[in-house]
Amino acid sequence: MTETYRPPGVLGMLVRDPLVWALTALVLLTFGMDSLRPLFAAAFPELERPVFAQDTFPALMLAHIRLVAVSSGVAIVAGVAAGVFVTRSSGAEFRSMVESVVAIGQTFPPVAVLAVAVPLIGFGEMPALIALALYGLLPVVQQTIAGLEAVPHAAREVAKGLGMDAIQVLNRVDLPLALPVIIAGVRTSVIINIGTATIASTVGAKTLGTPIIVGLSGFNTAYILQGAVLVGLLAIVTDLAFGRLERQVDRWRLVA
Amino acid sequence: MIELQHVSKAFGRTKAIDDLSLTVRKGEFIVLIGSSGCGKSTTLKMMNRLVEHDSGRILFEGQEIRGFKPEDIRRRMGYVIQSVGLFPHWTVERNIATVPELLQWPGPRIRDRVTELLQLLDLDPALVRGRYPHQLSGGQQQRVGVARALASDPEVLLMDEPFGALDPLTRLALQKELARIHIASGKTIVLVTHDIDEALRLATRVVLLDHGRMVQSGTPLQILAHPANEFVTDFVGRSEIGIKLLGLQTVASRVRRNEPGEGAPVAETLTLREALSVFVTREVERLAVVDGDGHAIGCLHLGDLVKSDE
Amino acid sequence: MLGTLVVIAAAAAFGMAFVALAPNRLVQGTGIGLSDLIHGWRGVIVVPMLLLCIGIFMRPTCRTNLMIALAGSLLLVALVWLAGDEATRLSAVAPKLSRVSLGGAFWVLLVVIWLAVVDALQRAGLGAMWRVVVGAAVVALVTGLVAWGELDQLSLLKEYANRQEVFHTALLRHVQIVGATLVPTLLIGVPLGWALFRSERFAPVAFAFLNMIQTVPSIALFGLLIAPLALLAATVPWLGQMGVGGIGLAPAIIALTLYALLPIVRSTAVGLGQVPRPVIEAAAGMGLTPRQIFWKVQAPIALPLLLSGIRITTVQAIGLTVVAALIGAGGLGSIMFQGLLSSALDLVLLGVLPVVAMAIMVDAVFRFMTLMLGRSH
Repeated sequence: MTETYRPPGVLGMLVRDPLVWALTALVLLTFGMDSLRPLFAAAFPELERPVFAQDTFPALMLAHIRLVAVSSGVAIVAGVAAGVFVTRSSGAEFRSMVESVVAIGQTFPPVAVLAVAVPLIGFGEMPALIALALYGLLPVVQQTIAGLEAVPHAAREVAKGLGMDAIQVLNRVDLPLALPVIIAGVRTSVIINIGTATIASTVGAKTLGTPIIVGLSGFNTAYILQGAVLVGLLAIVTDLAFGRLERQVDRWRLVA
Repeated sequence: MIELQHVSKAFGRTKAIDDLSLTVRKGEFIVLIGSSGCGKSTTLKMMNRLVEHDSGRILFEGQEIRGFKPEDIRRRMGYVIQSVGLFPHWTVERNIATVPELLQWPGPRIRDRVTELLQLLDLDPALVRGRYPHQLSGGQQQRVGVARALASDPEVLLMDEPFGALDPLTRLALQKELARIHIASGKTIVLVTHDIDEALRLATRVVLLDHGRMVQSGTPLQILAHPANEFVTDFVGRSEIGIKLLGLQTVASRVRRNEPGEGAPVAETLTLREALSVFVTREVERLAVVDGDGHAIGCLHLGDLVKSDE
Repeated sequence: MLGTLVVIAAAAAFGMAFVALAPNRLVQGTGIGLSDLIHGWRGVIVVPMLLLCIGIFMRPTCRTNLMIALAGSLLLVALVWLAGDEATRLSAVAPKLSRVSLGGAFWVLLVVIWLAVVDALQRAGLGAMWRVVVGAAVVALVTGLVAWGELDQLSLLKEYANRQEVFHTALLRHVQIVGATLVPTLLIGVPLGWALFRSERFAPVAFAFLNMIQTVPSIALFGLLIAPLALLAATVPWLGQMGVGGIGLAPAIIALTLYALLPIVRSTAVGLGQVPRPVIEAAAGMGLTPRQIFWKVQAPIALPLLLSGIRITTVQAIGLTVVAALIGAGGLGSIMFQGLLSSALDLVLLGVLPVVAMAIMVDAVFRFMTLMLGRSH
């Protein structure tokens, strides 16, 4: 008798899913870091305060996510708009300039933008927001242009020929087909922003980098570990989630 | 229906269309033909304003097309191109529903129309409507492309070398479908091709272009029997004119009624050219002819092929 | 487009300060506009400005564009000289501790005019090669100005003068770190890329792991390495004596190597995979041994992609090394962060400008090498 194949149930799929594991770890550690105090105390007996206490980890996590979300939101809206503009006939003359600026901009380390923003704007969250939004623009613009370029010409020609106006062509044909590539750009932008936001704690923004920076200046390895693990997990979870989103948007391509 | 009056168009320094005047009457099947670069595609695209003409007037139903918004004109004309251009992220159903959706038809009406069109183009609606373009063969994709162009029941159908990328068998099948659709619906069709046989097979009127100018315009018979000049003769295939003329007529026009024939019968709808091929392969001089229901009609003699019809 | 750029330039010139004079290093300066600076024989600078403005209305012929490019390039050098000259003039009359720094208008004008020059060169039909040549010429002239001491009174160069040794140490350390990263990266990365190209089974897992590392923020990875390395140094004393410790160079180079692995491994694997199967089979059929096939067929085809990977890795490493300053590895990042924390833009620029310059130069050199390689095929 042959064994019948039983597809894994919902639980089975969840157990195999790396995103689920990473997300679980992230949530547990964020809310449960304090309960690991004995562990840290044992590992670093010389430290008086083995767990970062100047702020709660959930608060730091939220602040970090908020900073990244707001700056990336601005970057996405502005970046996609710029990419669309430059690929239309009205904006075509600006295209090579935009492409050069975006390419050169990405050879800059993102920290540099943050560092230049501070003397000009001051300390706190604002320079971080502006620096992250500005730097986050670059991959989004680049990938929006690439995605829109990759839309098959035949589809665009017929879309126009059948009577779609410019906005309808954009909404029904160009953007949906360019979406996977645009999301790839957004993914890059967000991941970079998560990293730069971590360093933004040097300028007074409240993020998951704060325990790391405090730990570095105070020689408190435990703080460093706590901040690093949390922000590392955040980055991994975000990356995995975007990977899912990309695949979801491209679903039709996978239909046999 | 569509009228071009002294239209010219230049791209940079090259004159693509030179003082062209052309009338497309309602219900006609016009084929624009010529070699590469003669301006046939440009002429087609000027009709739906994908290309704007430089000088002259283009009228649609008596009105200057510049007076319409381009989108409004295009929604009244179907458009089919060689590379099909199906939207890869939409199902067949949604592709076909493109223009009806733009015109905001109600859902059920769109669904029924999709079923109707798929059947018209010989595709199984239940099987095909939920598929994505990449799951279809080239021939099926172009059938969907034609269905999409017909979806809103436009007055005119514009086709730019629609079957050029298909294999000969599929091409023939689709040509027959198109001819059938033309006769059944009475639509005005403007088709561009460089294949003279396709033109002769489908057109009610052939327009031969060269370097942006009209060389001759006439029925397939006129083009073959009375070519305007050497260029036309060369284009249609000097050495094959006779054979092509045979392709324009059917067995039914030359059959000797009520005369018994011999051997496996041929259909009366066969062209004389196909009949000639049967004569040669079977090495006979007489063929039995049947009608659509299989009833014997008469006999076709080899010699009758060369008789003049007039 | 030139019109848009000129409008932005004009807005910046009239709306922002070209240079700023501050009584000392800690206070914000008062701005001095461009229009205030143009007097006497300096008025000659107006000529290329006018040429650029006229260029908007002229027909876009090759000659017009060349004129725009030339006028723009000259204007760039002139503006730099102007800033330096004004700084010299002001320092002579102002109190001893005062600083003359470059204002917003200066930077905006520099960027906008450079964009106009690049655009004009492109419209004139000249290739990327020419962009590099013109850029190099402008940079050479500016370097000449610096060497001649013309710009010495600008606060940026005064900062440099004050910390020459520190700067040079930081610069050297920065280059050392990047170099020290590349060696293990190539030694591990290229064979690993080759191995993953051969093994279909491990490739997805390995790439997933390397991808995961790439997403982790740099400072987090540095931080995660501190504890184990400190432990290692404690248990293996001679490592500690060699300089391996929780902070400093060791975690920096290890983390940077991990980051650098993905581009190298990926470009190696993809590069090797680019050789079509039939070509390899044909080569084998002709009697070449697997080793010969590798060196004569696969390697040359994979090389451009590998070069591209090294380019990406090196530029990335130059940027990441800046962050390594936070864990005590030194490098130009230390100057940058110092400026950051004391809100001194000049110090920040002293750290950032060399990093950006290095990144752009390395990028250009590698692209050039890849181009040359492509031509020789």
